[in-house]
Amino acid sequence: MTEMPLHEGGLAIGCRGQASVDSEAGEVFPNADCKSSCSLEEIARTLRRHIVTMIAAAGSGHPGGSLSAVEIVTVLFFRLMRHRSYDPNWKQRDHFILSKGHAAPLLYAALAESGYFPTKELITLRKIDSRLQGHTDRAMVPGVESTAGSLGQGLSFAIGVALACKLDSLDSRIYTLLGDGECDEGQIWEAAMAAPHYHLDNLTAIVDRNNQQIDGWTRDVMNTEPLGEKWHSFGWHVIEVDGHDIGQLLSAFEEAKQIKDKSSVIIAHTIKGKGVSFMENNLKFHGTAPTQEQLEIALRELA
Amino acid sequence: MPQEMSTRKAYGRALVELGEKNPDIVVLDADLSMSTMTHMFAQRFPHRFFDCGIAEQNMIGIAAGLAASGKIPFASTFAVFVPGRCFDQLRLSVAQSQLNVKIVATHGGITSGEDGFSHHAIEDLALICALPGFYVLVPTDAIETTQMVRTAAVTPAPFYIRLSRPSTPVIFDENYHFVLGKAVTLRQGNDAAIIAIGIMVSRALEAAKHLAQEGIECRVVSMPTIKPLDEEAILQSAKETGAIVTAEEHLKHGGLGSRVAQVVAQHYAIPMDFVAIEDTYARSGKAEELLQRYGLTAPAIEQAVKSAISRKQVHHS
Repeated sequence: MTEMPLHEGGLAIGCRGQASVDSEAGEVFPNADCKSSCSLEEIARTLRRHIVTMIAAAGSGHPGGSLSAVEIVTVLFFRLMRHRSYDPNWKQRDHFILSKGHAAPLLYAALAESGYFPTKELITLRKIDSRLQGHTDRAMVPGVESTAGSLGQGLSFAIGVALACKLDSLDSRIYTLLGDGECDEGQIWEAAMAAPHYHLDNLTAIVDRNNQQIDGWTRDVMNTEPLGEKWHSFGWHVIEVDGHDIGQLLSAFEEAKQIKDKSSVIIAHTIKGKGVSFMENNLKFHGTAPTQEQLEIALRELA
Repeated sequence: MPQEMSTRKAYGRALVELGEKNPDIVVLDADLSMSTMTHMFAQRFPHRFFDCGIAEQNMIGIAAGLAASGKIPFASTFAVFVPGRCFDQLRLSVAQSQLNVKIVATHGGITSGEDGFSHHAIEDLALICALPGFYVLVPTDAIETTQMVRTAAVTPAPFYIRLSRPSTPVIFDENYHFVLGKAVTLRQGNDAAIIAIGIMVSRALEAAKHLAQEGIECRVVSMPTIKPLDEEAILQSAKETGAIVTAEEHLKHGGLGSRVAQVVAQHYAIPMDFVAIEDTYARSGKAEELLQRYGLTAPAIEQAVKSAISRKQVHHS
């Protein structure tokens, strides 16, 4: 595992369930602080609390697909990725490109906890004067790399970023988070064909395999199985993990880093709504906000 | 400069010139590089050229990612495939992302000819003009094309430049200076104004010459930037001539004519006429045969001018 300085920026996480402390962007906290004072599990729990709280405050949004990918994003933002909250456009950074744009609350929570903007801003999600749009807008929020919401476009965008890094001889890594329902889109497979063709070993795609999409189970709406074999046949190095197991995720990302000359995809098997009992595998919470009463239950479960 | 040259050939040459000067210029194509002329750049700078195969949606997404990383991507294919095949990618990954992507689409209009209506781009301007933030350009000739491509490269915004397949007359000389957003008055006259784009500019000049023989003096205005329009030039033409005719190789709705009419209607109640393709698709044929068949000719412009003038109110005469 690399000993490079990774995340550099204000870490706003309040450990052990305490309230978060906002830090001004621009303030530098050594990454070591993050590792020593907060476990990744604790960070994941904090992100989940943010997600349900902000969606409840907005009165709309997508809790299910945000909660399913929490560990994936936690591992990337708080352990693996090189990034600077005080310098979001730092040339040498690693890139995170959210393709499943409805998981915007998760990305906002990770960015706020990394110090890109105050965590108190999170509850402005979806409000008329907020920067935090329903789906991500790269022009509005520091740290948001791609505009998303219409599915299927992030992998192509990530290929463009990966090609640019190669042209500039940067050793940055490019991560893009896809939904499994999103893999219905034809553009995903155009891009899946292209990445190994361009030998983009700096690119890792993660499929949040939560098995659900708006109209039902993915196997019923549009069966994408055998998903791993499809990616493999398109020329990718495929790694399948339990997407809620931080240890497995860390190993998978490390394995992807060692693969040369081709792109890697991590199929992360997850549970939609993970962490909140009544949201888990409950289709209703793909795109429904919790009520105040449900929020209180959820926060108790995530304490 | 020869008397005739295709705008796509001028594009191919301009790309190589830009590539020599700026290492951030990158070029993408979707398996049509021999036709779009990006193969010239590909040969000279193979490591900065990306053939995306027959996958236009992916090409636009890749171009967006390159632009987000500081590159200046020029993405090319036929005008029928971009924007048609990848409208949502242009919308989300380029327009809404506010990224510096240059789309240069060749084979615009019906002059792609024999390939038939699947290959005739007659809705492209309507589609692309609908996207906020895009500059939309249609050059008149090879000289102007070169300058447009240079301008696009140094202007950080999304661009759509529509080129033609056949060789077309070279109208400007080397002293010509393209200015983004500005119309070019090619002939003075106060009886009517003909506002034209692309291959219709030379036809407008021809029509004006014939009309002058009949004592009708037409102003001929080329509108190389169709978005944003040079509203000042349009309103000046409206005020000083009292009759406007537009001419374009595009459907009558959604292109130059619709856009000019929208500007005029806010300020002047004057007659207009539109030389464009009616609400239909064309057929296979030679370029010139198709232009004749679908009414994109100098005589058609002359007819339109006379019709507009005949509808002028007395106080405009």
